[in-house]
Amino acid sequence: MQDEKSTNTRTSPSQKKKKSVQYNKYGYMFIAPFFIVYLVFSLYPLLNTFYYSTFSIVTRNLRTTTEFTGLGNYISVLGLASGEKAYFLTYLGNTVRIWLFNFVPQILLSLLCAAWLTDNRTRLKLNGFYKIMVYMPNIITAASISLLFCALLSKYGPVMSTLRSWGWIGSAFDVMRSKWATSISISGILLWMWYGNTTLLLIAGMIGISPQLYEAADLDGATGRQKFFKITLPLLKPVLLYVLVTSVIGGLQLYDIPALFNTAGQGGAYMGGPNDTSTTVTMYIMRLHNTDTGRAAAVSVLLFIITLIISLLFFRVFRDNDDAKLKKAERSARKSAGKRGA
Amino acid sequence: MSKAAKTKSVSENSEERRRRIFRNVILILLCIISILPFYMMFVNATRTSNQIKAGVSLIFGANLTENFRNFQDAQAGLGITAVRSMLNSFMVAVPFTVLSVYFSSLTAYGIHTYQFKGKKLAWGFIMGVMMVPTQVFAIGFYQFMIKLGLLDTYWPLILPGITTPTVVFFMKQYLEGALPHEIVEAARIDGCREFRIFNEIVVPLMKPAIATQAIFQFVASWNNLFMPTLIINTTSKKTLTMFVQMLTSESFRTDYGVVFIGLAITILPMFIMYFILSRFIVEGVSLGGVKE
Repeated sequence: MQDEKSTNTRTSPSQKKKKSVQYNKYGYMFIAPFFIVYLVFSLYPLLNTFYYSTFSIVTRNLRTTTEFTGLGNYISVLGLASGEKAYFLTYLGNTVRIWLFNFVPQILLSLLCAAWLTDNRTRLKLNGFYKIMVYMPNIITAASISLLFCALLSKYGPVMSTLRSWGWIGSAFDVMRSKWATSISISGILLWMWYGNTTLLLIAGMIGISPQLYEAADLDGATGRQKFFKITLPLLKPVLLYVLVTSVIGGLQLYDIPALFNTAGQGGAYMGGPNDTSTTVTMYIMRLHNTDTGRAAAVSVLLFIITLIISLLFFRVFRDNDDAKLKKAERSARKSAGKRGA
Repeated sequence: MSKAAKTKSVSENSEERRRRIFRNVILILLCIISILPFYMMFVNATRTSNQIKAGVSLIFGANLTENFRNFQDAQAGLGITAVRSMLNSFMVAVPFTVLSVYFSSLTAYGIHTYQFKGKKLAWGFIMGVMMVPTQVFAIGFYQFMIKLGLLDTYWPLILPGITTPTVVFFMKQYLEGALPHEIVEAARIDGCREFRIFNEIVVPLMKPAIATQAIFQFVASWNNLFMPTLIINTTSKKTLTMFVQMLTSESFRTDYGVVFIGLAITILPMFIMYFILSRFIVEGVSLGGVKE
């Protein structure tokens, strides 16, 4: 009896292990479709893009000439060759400008809204309704939204006509002819579309913060502002970083809004008016993609490198922050809350 | 209780109330700002071009049918109708969504359940490529599709649905909370094959996650402008976003009423879908964020 039991326990783990090894083969089968399709439809095209970027592939009058140029395309889009404008840098500048004027007010507005909506002292009843309303613009087709604002803000559109009749703007003023008005309008549309999304993410982050910290601060008589700056903000850092990273990377690919907002009648496909000042990098790629493939590929590679650097940079910060700094922040928050009470 | 303490609490209450009213007013204002452009769009869709040029109005006009007729005349010149472009978008977005949620669940399950060599590497790879945007390899993708003869077909827009790293990430997070290994073990003892376990036990368990991600993937595909513009040439195959782009052409810009009704038609399906599913969507957004 004793013997039988011991042999039983001896055989069963090895049997079990063998069986699970047999099962674990399936792991490869389950993840295979993702990896095969990714290799074929993403990684191979990415390598191909690198490859094409070293050729001058120009199509004029249905004839394509292909010639190896090495770094020639990079040199020309960066404006390093004589007679070439630094188009890439110009369009990158446009993209960054548009992104910045959207992101800075966006994060401030979202922080304010999220702080208000998670404040326990003033329980706001329309929490759910509010979330639904402010998130809505994010879901609606960006192309339609862009054209909608284009129609509303065009010179003879309803908004401008009303402002003109009130005497708020001059009779000659036209958003579509002003670099800054166009740029700020695009940033404004992005802000309007995205702050709801950011608010929801920040709310989720704020709810995750331990309520005990706030209770302790309350006992010590901390004000709402102190709690926000000493507890909420430091502990929200991971979420804020996440918002920042996704916004930067999304912002660099900015396409839908500027491609439709001020491009009609700008003399050429994917020219963001006025005078090319609202053209983004991806619009440039689209403009070149079948007339000057090599140059378009070089622009893509540059964009890829920038994206890579940014995400690597942020991932490092993430890693460093994740545990050590979070705990430190929590401790310092507790400490400062305690100090105030003393 | 002393009188002083009582009055203090009363004054605090009134301050709290004032603050609450102030915040509510601002938030309601923000809600109005969210809906106002759409409201103006619907209003202007019912007004004549001259009325629109005269300025903003918040009262509906009487020109809806006239605008609609003009819109139909104008879109006749485009070679495609709004409805047809929506059907096209639907034909792309539905298979894309199905592939995305199914294969992402499959990948996530494979990594979650099995212990195999290179598992960590595979997961690291998926996390790594999560940030790589489509636009950076679009040129190579376009050239490759020319070689495969898939240009101007929907395949290049549908097949990449199999590889959506963000969905895989979400699904794995969900599985960690929702699928104990015992369930898989029990099914195996019952003699279930591995793929059957996935299809008949795991997929039903993941329904909430699948539903949420399906909405977001559908919306992403429906709203995509960059890829269809690159891939589709034939007018009759154009998707909704490409149809919107055609509304910038000369024949539409001359009549504001036509522009606004055209936009209203392109926005309406998403608008209705959002208000039906809004609670669900808003919850989904919050879920995606906390996990990061």
